[in-house]
Amino acid sequence: MLWAEYDPLAHRRLAILSPEGQMDEGLRPPELDDGALLNLYDRMVALRQADLLALNLQRAGRLGTYAPTLGQEAANIGSAAVLQAEDWLVPSFRETGAMLLKGVSLKLLYLYWMGCEWGSHFPEEVRVLPICAPVSTQTLHGVGLSWAAKLKGENWVTLIYLGDGGTSKGDFHEAMNFAGTFQTPTVFFIQNNQFAISVPRTRQTASATLAQKAIAYGFPGIQVDGNDLPAVYLATREAVTRARAGQGPCLIEAQTYRRGPHTTADDPTRYRSEAELKEQERFDPLLRVRRYLENRGLMTPETEAAREAQHLKWAQEQAREAEAAISYNPDEIFDYHFAELPPYLAEQKAYCQRLLTAKGESAHGQA
Amino acid sequence: MQPLGMGQAINQALREEMRRNPDVFLAGEGIGVGIHDSPMLPTAGLLKDFGARRVKDTPVSEAAIAGLAVGAAVAGLRPVVEIMYNPFFTLASDMIVNHAAKLRYLSGGKSSFPLVVRMKTGAGFGAGCQHSHNLEAWVAHCPGLKVVMPSTPADAKGLLKSAIREPNPVVFIEDMMLYFVPGPVPAEEYQIPLGQAEIKRQGTDVTVVTWSKMLLVALKAADQMARENIELEIVDLRTLVPLDKETLLASVRKTGRLVVLHEATRTGGFAGEVAAVVMEEAFESLKAPLRRVTGPDIPVPVSPPLERFYIPSEEKLIMAVQEIL
Ligand SMILES: Cc1ncc(C[n+]2csc(CCOP(=O)(O)OP(=O)(O)O)c2C)c(N)n1
Ligand SMILES: [Mg+2]
Repeated sequence: MLWAEYDPLAHRRLAILSPEGQMDEGLRPPELDDGALLNLYDRMVALRQADLLALNLQRAGRLGTYAPTLGQEAANIGSAAVLQAEDWLVPSFRETGAMLLKGVSLKLLYLYWMGCEWGSHFPEEVRVLPICAPVSTQTLHGVGLSWAAKLKGENWVTLIYLGDGGTSKGDFHEAMNFAGTFQTPTVFFIQNNQFAISVPRTRQTASATLAQKAIAYGFPGIQVDGNDLPAVYLATREAVTRARAGQGPCLIEAQTYRRGPHTTADDPTRYRSEAELKEQERFDPLLRVRRYLENRGLMTPETEAAREAQHLKWAQEQAREAEAAISYNPDEIFDYHFAELPPYLAEQKAYCQRLLTAKGESAHGQA
Repeated sequence: MQPLGMGQAINQALREEMRRNPDVFLAGEGIGVGIHDSPMLPTAGLLKDFGARRVKDTPVSEAAIAGLAVGAAVAGLRPVVEIMYNPFFTLASDMIVNHAAKLRYLSGGKSSFPLVVRMKTGAGFGAGCQHSHNLEAWVAHCPGLKVVMPSTPADAKGLLKSAIREPNPVVFIEDMMLYFVPGPVPAEEYQIPLGQAEIKRQGTDVTVVTWSKMLLVALKAADQMARENIELEIVDLRTLVPLDKETLLASVRKTGRLVVLHEATRTGGFAGEVAAVVMEEAFESLKAPLRRVTGPDIPVPVSPPLERFYIPSEEKLIMAVQEIL
């Protein structure tokens, strides 16, 4: 069994695809054949292009503060790839790739980071909660969601993301304890990117691993190489399968590295060295899959240049669509609040409309 | 009509709504067994009748209890969770203020939030400031939450039934003293809509606006003053959000005088909101400055004599009325 084999207390860490592109075929999940691997690689490239474009848009003043995923593509894509449509994905704020894979459009995510409220209005059938700003609090209602599955006798699973910094919150511990006590179908997925803004992982907790925290709550935890797509995929698949079968929660610590700034408002040169960053490029999650697939004759520098260009084009189109969709309709901020419009809000909405009319503006903020 | 304490009336409401809708479930610290399983308390006997799935005793984790409600509400259930005491709201507050109250807004109306958070409160038990602390004004200040604070067993039952059927998050604050004050409760099925105040006593001279346990104080003061031919009109808000401005303003326009009475501390208390509404919309009806009768701005003391001093009394209310007559 994966969990017994990769006991975090015994300092075992799951890895399948080495940075040099060597695949441990014995551990490789059978469904992750070369074709499937290429598909997920393609999603990682799409994410990287979307992410780089977001940074450029931010620098050009076309997008607000943004939390990049550079370096965390395997953790995003390998985990969310396991989910079914009926499963819930509960993000923090660095899961652009996971959210895309679960069906949220890049246009909506850009809209969100462009500072437009409506970017969180995901389609009804997309079971993804809005981005959660208060660190780690999503773990609590994530467990509430999975409790509902249990109460309703349905077998969907809830995958909750958080960061290494998030594990220091009391919320995380209450959520873990509830999940363990109630044996909910929950998977906690920690993207350990080594930093909580400027605070390094070593100053977040005295625990040797984050994965071992699960043991105290009575369920398994596992540490995986978070830059290793097959390893992330396998651990998440095992955890989700286990949860779906009614065997309770699991914790996955994906060890990765945040190569970008915390957000575009951050300057990481103030707290980490250029050498450290350079060293991390060796562990790039895309590079190793590429090496593997190139060795297998499944891609060439030319196909890859074309792939990047194609995804960049897609991201640019999504950005343009997002910009065209920006609207600041003050009616909606009143309407979405309660199921109905209570009298006091109707009054405040009418007041807002009177003001706009007096200023000669339409409800959409255009003159 | 059956004479019941408020705890018993709430128990009936929970029972009836759980029978009516299988999506309703309860969770809280020790709500199934132990100190709460006394006939006068709200969740007595429910574990036995509905089983451990729907009456969930939880670990001591206020944030996780509130999180259970938020998550389950997203998934279409109707959670009714209990935060043992109002001051422990602080520990559950992120879930309630940042998530229950905002997720519908953030998701553009997609996520529905039929959830009720019940909290017990009230000075008068010698339970001290960390158990007795009325925070209704905090909750009312957060957009996206409805706030109910009943004063009678019949109101509590009818309001809780409405709260459980609401598609919005509701914070339902119960004064524990009222568990032991019997009052008539209709035997037949009924609901009381949220957002409707009730005139608990008609009068012509001074409007007293109050809610929860302070209604008892107001009624006693009104009885005393009636002997001197001063007729207080008592408006029981019952729901703070949404606030029933019509009933409030109509009464002030009739009497021209206003005292707001609440147990919570003074600064930033909900009396300020009531006063502001009256100043904005019925200023010209006022014949005298309004008055607030509230707890002083101190933690609720634990020693009985000091606690008695803290709680607003008939004497304090009568003094305030006399000042503006
Ligand atoms: C409750 C709360 N405290 C503080 C913050 C400010 N804050 C935003 S992100 C962050 C660090 C989070 O680190 P981590 O959990 O490792 O996630 P990462 O940003 O690395 O993905 C902090 C402290 C916040 N958003 N919420
Ligand atoms: Mg981090």
